[in-house]
Amino acid sequence: MATSLQRSGQLTLTDLKGKVDPDWCPGCGDFGVLAAVQKALVELQIANHNVVTISGIGCSSNFPGYINTYGMHTLHGRALAVATGLKLANHSLTVVVTGGDGDGFGIGGNHFVHSMRRNVDLLYIVMDNQIYGLTTGQTSPTSRIGMKTKSMPFGNIEAPVNPISLALAAGATFIARGFSGEQKHLTELIKQGIEHQGFSFLDVFSPCVTYNHDNTYQWFRPRVKKLEDDPAHDPTDWIAAMEKSLLWGDEIPIGKFFERTDVPTLHGAEPVLNEGPLVHRDPRVPLDVARSFIEELM
Amino acid sequence: MKQTFAIGIGGAAGQGVATPGDIFAKIFSRRGLHLNAYNAYQSIIRGGHTFLTIRTGPDKVTNMGDRIDLLIPLNQDSMDRHLRLLTAGAACVYNAETIKPGSAATGVHLCPLPVSKLADIARNKIAQNTLAIGAGLDMMGIGFPALEDVLQEQFKKKGEAVVTENVGVARAGYDYAAVNFTAFPNPLPKTENRYAILSGNTAMAMGGAAAGVKFYCAYPMSPSTGVLHWMAAHARKAGIMVRQVEDEIGVINMTIGAAQAGVRAMCATSGGGFALMSEGLGMSAMIETPVVVVNCQRAGPSTGVPTKTEQGDLWQMLGAAFGDYPRVIAAPLDIGDCFKLLPEIFNIVDRFQCPGLVLCDLLLSEGRLSVDPKDLDFNQPIDRGEMITTANGAPTGLGANGAYKRYRITESGISPRAIPGVPGHIHTVATDEHDEDGVLISDEFTNPIKRRAMMEKRMRKVAGIEAAIPPPALRGPRNADVTLIGWGSTGGVIEEACEILSDQGISANQLQIRWLVPLHGEAILDLLRDVRHTIIVENNYSGQFARYLRSETSYVPNGHIRKYDGEPFMPHHIVEAVKEQLAGKTKLSVPMHEIMV
Repeated sequence: MATSLQRSGQLTLTDLKGKVDPDWCPGCGDFGVLAAVQKALVELQIANHNVVTISGIGCSSNFPGYINTYGMHTLHGRALAVATGLKLANHSLTVVVTGGDGDGFGIGGNHFVHSMRRNVDLLYIVMDNQIYGLTTGQTSPTSRIGMKTKSMPFGNIEAPVNPISLALAAGATFIARGFSGEQKHLTELIKQGIEHQGFSFLDVFSPCVTYNHDNTYQWFRPRVKKLEDDPAHDPTDWIAAMEKSLLWGDEIPIGKFFERTDVPTLHGAEPVLNEGPLVHRDPRVPLDVARSFIEELM
Repeated sequence: MKQTFAIGIGGAAGQGVATPGDIFAKIFSRRGLHLNAYNAYQSIIRGGHTFLTIRTGPDKVTNMGDRIDLLIPLNQDSMDRHLRLLTAGAACVYNAETIKPGSAATGVHLCPLPVSKLADIARNKIAQNTLAIGAGLDMMGIGFPALEDVLQEQFKKKGEAVVTENVGVARAGYDYAAVNFTAFPNPLPKTENRYAILSGNTAMAMGGAAAGVKFYCAYPMSPSTGVLHWMAAHARKAGIMVRQVEDEIGVINMTIGAAQAGVRAMCATSGGGFALMSEGLGMSAMIETPVVVVNCQRAGPSTGVPTKTEQGDLWQMLGAAFGDYPRVIAAPLDIGDCFKLLPEIFNIVDRFQCPGLVLCDLLLSEGRLSVDPKDLDFNQPIDRGEMITTANGAPTGLGANGAYKRYRITESGISPRAIPGVPGHIHTVATDEHDEDGVLISDEFTNPIKRRAMMEKRMRKVAGIEAAIPPPALRGPRNADVTLIGWGSTGGVIEEACEILSDQGISANQLQIRWLVPLHGEAILDLLRDVRHTIIVENNYSGQFARYLRSETSYVPNGHIRKYDGEPFMPHHIVEAVKEQLAGKTKLSVPMHEIMV
């Protein structure tokens, strides 16, 4: 991501405060994610007019309104597609995509998989609360089997998706998991995700205090174990990362599962962009080139 | 009547129908002749029945016409389907060893080729095709060198031996015809003009490039895929980012993302893909980020008939995405217009920051037309509208935050648009209803006054768009016996039907609609005030344009001509229908397509 960060050296947390305060429920995990993103941008000193925050629809997707960067609040599930187009048209921008588990793994699942295999250079943060919040509490693609919600009152019978394993299989080049209750750790992962050149996927446990009474802060706290504390963990080992991604229960790993830096980014792989961002280029086809196009038809 | 000559080549997919077609097209275009080609085919890679019609002549050829002068059936099936439709003066050149002719009308010349006597068919699998081209060319009175040159180009990649072989086979066909077959009267003339031959898909792709498109993406879907193919092949030379995307939902959203970054962005699809794009169009309108979407219609509903044409998506386009929003819809009138329309619609959507829809169809998308290269002008005016970029005077420091309002309420409804990366203009665009600042009003405190103000701001743009678009005009004599009303791709065939009717003593004029939204209803009513008898001609079942015109103007025509069998109109379909309607026999004609393709 850090291909052309413009370090202004004067960005503060106040500069990143949005025009309105978040309307999330008090105690919502998303507050922690917002704070961590703002801290990461300040620590990286990326001028906020060069950052675009793009979201889909849902509680967490209100994110762009709460941070003072360029923002797009798009359609349910479509943020990654919009972000891909924007990044390809101006790859000098730092792009952060935010959304929830329903937005990203449900309705947006197709774009999620394809954006990862394309290695689009952006950071995708999923505020994963294992529930649909804004529609008042239905089962999500990450809800556990047996979880009772308004849409599955007798308990969920469908196995949840494992976002980390899915990301590994789809070819994401930076894969991490954070916890909204671990601010410093989360901020560090966001910084790494922004600086990584390629698709950075960050799944964040962001508890819903209103509709998910199973996966609460209290439930997560004793379970999360930082991969960074495990001296044997090697984030360049894909198979080990896949094994770690399957751990769930009394011990749930958070931190950087996997990173590889040898895959070209989508914009880096396309020679059309060699001369710089498209948005800064003359839109006209040179007339001699145009003439050659017409001659092909004669 | 204008002089035209039409060749029909029929065979199974994979049997090499396209190659003779390309060869004839090149020969005609190098003689300075105009050309119109239409290929009737099926959704199959090998087999089925493909029938290519190439019609040429010294004047512009607007459609495939009514008559085949030279039929080249490459298999028995093609002979059986098409020989019976030939009329006096036509000829049929065929392989006498594998194909049996059926009964033909009086005056049709049967021209059997003894293929194995003229060529080594064990070595040359396409000998019958090449012999037929040679024979046909002699009968048309065109000198052999024209064919030799084209065969040189066609086969030069395969080496000198293959070139010599094919030139020899063609020569054998040419010489055999000279001795054994009757030549056509009125040989085709030669002119000094030179034309480009292109499909509507190529024309729209080039038109997009001429408009300054820097981002194009698509999911393959017939009959729109040709746009993707041209874009992909020319992307690096033209400096266009071209992507193939996972689905059409991704396509429209990527296109909008690129447009939001500040470049001109477009995409093309057919009806099914367009259906998936609907929600995205609403986003384009709501966040006021302009994009152009091309819909190359095919016969629906659902998967429908993927390789057949129809004008059945008008109401889908009119109603695409929920809610009210300003949109522009235009239907190109012919393949040359496919090029011309793109820069025009881009200028309009950039000025008015709304989605623009191009309603094309298979007939134009995959048809071929000769176009004067001067009409493929890349030096087009580019008007990006009120856009704030670092290049055009925006502040370079961090200051001015807070003063800029992305959705400032203005009289025109247009709010100057800053693109990401411009200092001092940070804002969020939102699909939720928002205030002038871009702050959502939908979630915490909805506000009826602000909602009304924003709806009115966006919808005020409609008046500006209307003023920017020219009203339609009547073509042909005033006080005509009949006025034919059409839209989009039927422009050429209706034009020829009017000429034929006039020749037969029925004066006819034409109102062809190019800009569908906004429609200029008042101007249309003015034009139709004094006309005698109006008939709406369209390639669909329910009269989609007739219903739309009625909804906008309350205008009801005297009659309708509709066709929904997957094939385009031929001039005689319209001529005969007009006559039966003027005789008071019916108000709704549905011509039968006589050719089984």
